[in-house]
Amino acid sequence: MSVLEIKDLHASVILDDETTKPILKGVNLTINSGEVHAIMGPNGSGKSTLASTIAGHPKFQVDSGSVTLDGQNVLEMSVDERARAGLFLAMQYPVEIPGVTTSNFLRSAKTAIDGEAPSLRTWTKDMKASMEKLKIDPAMIQRNVNEGFSGGEKKRHEILQLELLRPKIALLDETDSGLDVDALKVVSEGVNRALTEQNTGIMLITHYTRILRYIKPQFVHVFADGRIVDEGGPELADRLEEEGYDRYMSVAK
Amino acid sequence: MSTTDQTVRHGKEAADKVDGVPTGEDRVAIPGMSQEGEVLQEGRNQAGEPEIKHTKHGDISGVPDSSRAGRFSSYKVEEFPKLTSKLEDWRFTPLKRLKGLDETELTGAAPAVEVVSGEGQVTVTTVGRDDARIGKAGIPEDRVSANAWSAFSEATVISVPANVEADQPLLVDINGSSMDPAAQHIVIETGANSSALVVLRHRGQAVLSQNVEFQVGEGSKLTVVSIQEWDDNSVHASAQQAKIQRDGSLKHVLISLGGDLVRVTPSTRFAAQGGNVEMYGLTFVDEGQHLESRLFVDHSQPRCRSRVTYKSALQGENAHGVWVGDVLIRAEAEGTDTYELNRNLILNDGPRMDSVPNLEIETGLIAGAGHASTTGQLDDEHLYYLMSRGIPEEDARRLVVRGFLFEIIQQIGVESIEEQLRNSVEEELARHEN
Ligand SMILES: Nc1ncnc2c1ncn2[C@@H]1O[C@H](COP(=O)(O)OP(=O)(O)O)[C@@H](O)[C@H]1O
Ligand SMILES: [Mg+2]
Repeated sequence: MSVLEIKDLHASVILDDETTKPILKGVNLTINSGEVHAIMGPNGSGKSTLASTIAGHPKFQVDSGSVTLDGQNVLEMSVDERARAGLFLAMQYPVEIPGVTTSNFLRSAKTAIDGEAPSLRTWTKDMKASMEKLKIDPAMIQRNVNEGFSGGEKKRHEILQLELLRPKIALLDETDSGLDVDALKVVSEGVNRALTEQNTGIMLITHYTRILRYIKPQFVHVFADGRIVDEGGPELADRLEEEGYDRYMSVAK
Repeated sequence: MSTTDQTVRHGKEAADKVDGVPTGEDRVAIPGMSQEGEVLQEGRNQAGEPEIKHTKHGDISGVPDSSRAGRFSSYKVEEFPKLTSKLEDWRFTPLKRLKGLDETELTGAAPAVEVVSGEGQVTVTTVGRDDARIGKAGIPEDRVSANAWSAFSEATVISVPANVEADQPLLVDINGSSMDPAAQHIVIETGANSSALVVLRHRGQAVLSQNVEFQVGEGSKLTVVSIQEWDDNSVHASAQQAKIQRDGSLKHVLISLGGDLVRVTPSTRFAAQGGNVEMYGLTFVDEGQHLESRLFVDHSQPRCRSRVTYKSALQGENAHGVWVGDVLIRAEAEGTDTYELNRNLILNDGPRMDSVPNLEIETGLIAGAGHASTTGQLDDEHLYYLMSRGIPEEDARRLVVRGFLFEIIQQIGVESIEEQLRNSVEEELARHEN
């Protein structure tokens, strides 16, 4: 069992002129293994900032509050240490990395996370199996990381990493955006496998309720203006679908 | 970070003449480095930026240094002015470190030419300076090259007979063992419809001015790899001149890693239409090194194609890299298709990179012409992505840097050489723990 605890987290984005702008204004959230927490909120409310701050993106600065994973202070760790501690962020906009093949990248990541190189035979087998389930073209692993991938391929590639790297807690940032229904199903199945087979705890960031038909959250949190403004069970998502975020926008301001 | 990216396309038929190779901004995605695309208007120049000059017929006579078309050439060293840093051609080169290649008589022993493997279908002979095969590819264009021309007594001629497709690469080591200023002359000629791959690997100690000729026969295909892996104190100026006959193609791969000062000036000329040249370069500039590549592609014939891709990585105090890419499309070179790209990766504080693409166009009837140049550091977003998957920062840097550099090494096509060069690059990187 693992637990990610976020307590009264305040964070700012560091702008190009090195001034800062506060985005997160006191976030409280606890995610246990095997749980799905949907974070839903309007664009610009700070959902990606929350995920990136937990992952340690250098553009964001923590002003106060704490983030711990199984009691360990995540905020003191470097980006790679956080990943090795068991955190994973499926990014909203994965970057292209020229000159680095996907195959080399995946093997390097697996080796780093496990602390030792995976046995070649199991690794190749696991990778093939996961790619097949995610309907990823086998030729993809010879291409450079995310280079020339379609939007859907990039998202599948993120979920492929989720399956192969087996994190304790995964933050999925709008993994559903830009996917057609078929791709959404395939990707959701991947997330559900991580949930049931690896007991991963999931923070599912989304703008729309569509993905919640395939991935069932136990908890729904409404995010507005840098904090959680409402919480409930799956029924809250249904209400959001009907009413939208307008109600919360006025509450937040 | 500095970036330039300019593309010019002319003529109604431009699109179908490009032969499936896009010439617009889309083909210059530069890893991790932002770029602005720009399509130049006829006759417009950017002040202080690398420029595309549009010259009309007759405008180019006179002032020698204003255009590559008017550059002076001669076999006689005394006909060139003494080198000063005011000369366009030498403004980046630390002249004192030439160790006399421009002034003294080059009487030292030339580095030994040693065939490692691949002789047979391809022959290697030593000939006197009056041999008929010498001097067909070009006339010296600078004082140091002319100095070597005056001084060499014997030349190495590498020949590929007509219609022979060599199945083995020819590996030639050029081993220097003296710091006495020396001259060397090498000719590589391919007969009609032949094909071959030749690797020239320079090593050891030398103060050397070298003229290398590539005479690319009609319909033949020549790949030449010139590797400079000299000892730390060596000085090497190498004028590598190619002349390509009708429908011939040349792939030129220049790898400069070792030496105190290495200045290679590869130039390509077309003797007839239908020629094709690909020029690749990789330089790894370390602390205190000056590695310079100045290339020239002279499109004087219709319907020829050129592609230039040069990359460099730089690290350490006083590491100085220079890349100058002159491409000239003369009035008669209708249907030319050319693109040149230079990318430079600065690995830490201290290095300096000068990158000057220079495209001159004298005709509007071309298929495509463009250039891009980027100098910058590793992209933080790339490192972040890799690190967010658990990969430690040093390993992430290594992955990205190797990806950047190995792309050029892959062009060689001889696995043993590629592997050896990858190892050399690893050693360079290890010096600064990149
Ligand atoms: N790199 C950045 N530079 C400037 N502002 C940023 C940056 N990243 C995020 N922001 C600002 O922070 C706020 C929250 O953005 P984000 O976390 O991306 O929201 P969401 O993911 O909910 O759409 C927005 O107002 C956005 O403009
Ligand atoms: Mg977002």
